Amino acid sequence: MMASLVARAINFFVYLVTGVRARWLGCGPAATQRVYFANHASHGDFVLVWSVLPAILRLRTRPVAGADYWNRSALRRFIGAQVFHAVLIDRDPQSRTADPVAMMEAALAGGDSLIIFPEGTRNTGDAPLLPLKSGLFHLASRRPDVEYVPVWIENIGRVLPKGMLLPVPLLCSVSFGTPITLAAGETRDQFLTRARAAMLSMRPHSTSEASST
Amino acid sequence: MTRMQMLFTGVFGTLALASVIGGSLKFAVARGQAHGVIDNLNARIRAWWWMIALIGIAFVFNKGGVLVLFGLASFLAMREFFSMTYTRRGDHAALALCFFVVLPVQYWLLWTGWYGLYAIFIPVYAFLILPVAAVLQSDTVRFLERVSKVQWAVMICVYCLSHVPGLLMLEIPGYKGENLMLIAFLIIVVQSSDVLQYVWGKLMGRHLVAPQLSPSKTVEGLVGGVLSATLLGAALWWITPFNPWQAGAIAFVINLMGFLGGLVMSAIKRDHGVKDWGALIEGHGGVLDRLDSVVFSAPIFFHIVRYWWEP
Repeated sequence: MMASLVARAINFFVYLVTGVRARWLGCGPAATQRVYFANHASHGDFVLVWSVLPAILRLRTRPVAGADYWNRSALRRFIGAQVFHAVLIDRDPQSRTADPVAMMEAALAGGDSLIIFPEGTRNTGDAPLLPLKSGLFHLASRRPDVEYVPVWIENIGRVLPKGMLLPVPLLCSVSFGTPITLAAGETRDQFLTRARAAMLSMRPHSTSEASST
Repeated sequence: MTRMQMLFTGVFGTLALASVIGGSLKFAVARGQAHGVIDNLNARIRAWWWMIALIGIAFVFNKGGVLVLFGLASFLAMREFFSMTYTRRGDHAALALCFFVVLPVQYWLLWTGWYGLYAIFIPVYAFLILPVAAVLQSDTVRFLERVSKVQWAVMICVYCLSHVPGLLMLEIPGYKGENLMLIAFLIIVVQSSDVLQYVWGKLMGRHLVAPQLSPSKTVEGLVGGVLSATLLGAALWWITPFNPWQAGAIAFVINLMGFLGGLVMSAIKRDHGVKDWGALIEGHGGVLDRLDSVVFSAPIFFHIVRYWWEP
């Protein structure tokens, strides 16, 4: 109850600041089990993807996020666990006890869809997209039956750049591309290159010459 | 019936007529099938009902309502403007100041009626403070370009647009309490000019005015639209402190400014490779697409009235 009210409040706030619009370019909003993989420039990222999904899909779509950030305070723990049902992974290979890919696999086994950020960390530089980590490839090879949907989030990195507290209102859009699957005999590098190109191909024209944080 | 009621009756009657024509075209010409131009026309007419309804509601609440409506329009316009503008992390503080300080203060000054500060707050104080906020972030990449664009955005979206509700500040002898009708005059004349340019252009447009800037603005549309909206302005003299000749002359000036403003804003869109500023208003595009002509005509209209009609 409380969680769904908070979810509505967050959605309203996100719309007020970003006027976010979904662009379903390569697929429609469907109840198929999916892994949405998106570029990562801000903590607002997955909220944006999540808020443009139809309410019925939101219930079964879980963001994969860094445990270090979402376990830092009671409020964040509540929002992460109760509102977004986040799959929290430990990003530090030294300290972690559970394999992130195994945790994502377990969440998929439960029937949920996932939102992941294969860059692994927030992109704060001038490059539009960082190299993708291999987790996406491992997931795709272990669960080839799931749809892997490339997602491009535009402008959110400017709304709330890393280290800033006050969001600035700017129009954002979330583009969904054609789902990809791992081809027979495809290597890790080939697959990740293809996934990366699919994400970049959806950047809206307006900011392509000068997209930056 | 008061003059304001007569005015709104006329506006609603015109819109109803437009809806009937749009519906007939959909039925007779498009035969109920999808048709790019006619569907867009009908979307535009539907959006006009909403916009007129919002203005009507704002007018019921008088000064407060008008300030809220245009404050919101400034917010949406500036959000569209900055979304398309190149900014960097170092601009974050300046952008936050634009939204959370400059915009509210400008509209608060209108509320208090402090004309002296209202007139210089953005051209002087914001002009000097915003680049300071940016320079403190120590990022010099494309610095002059970035601070110029921030200043341009607040001038267009906040300063110029705030001259529409600014009309309420004017004290014209024999016109006390009637200033809302000056706003109605400005909006009706300038927006009619846009609509009539579109209609004349669609009916008999052959020669493009500025092919590099706009694929839809034609000489026939420009001449027909500006002249017919000028006649409309003269015919609306009874809601203003002007006589019919003065109303017509002023309408001509603001129609011309509106047209030129549309060209300027088109050039910016062209440069960024987009057709519209946004997608908030169905059929029209963004708030800035609808208000570009008002933005360029409002301050000129304001100062013409202030110079010649205020004692």
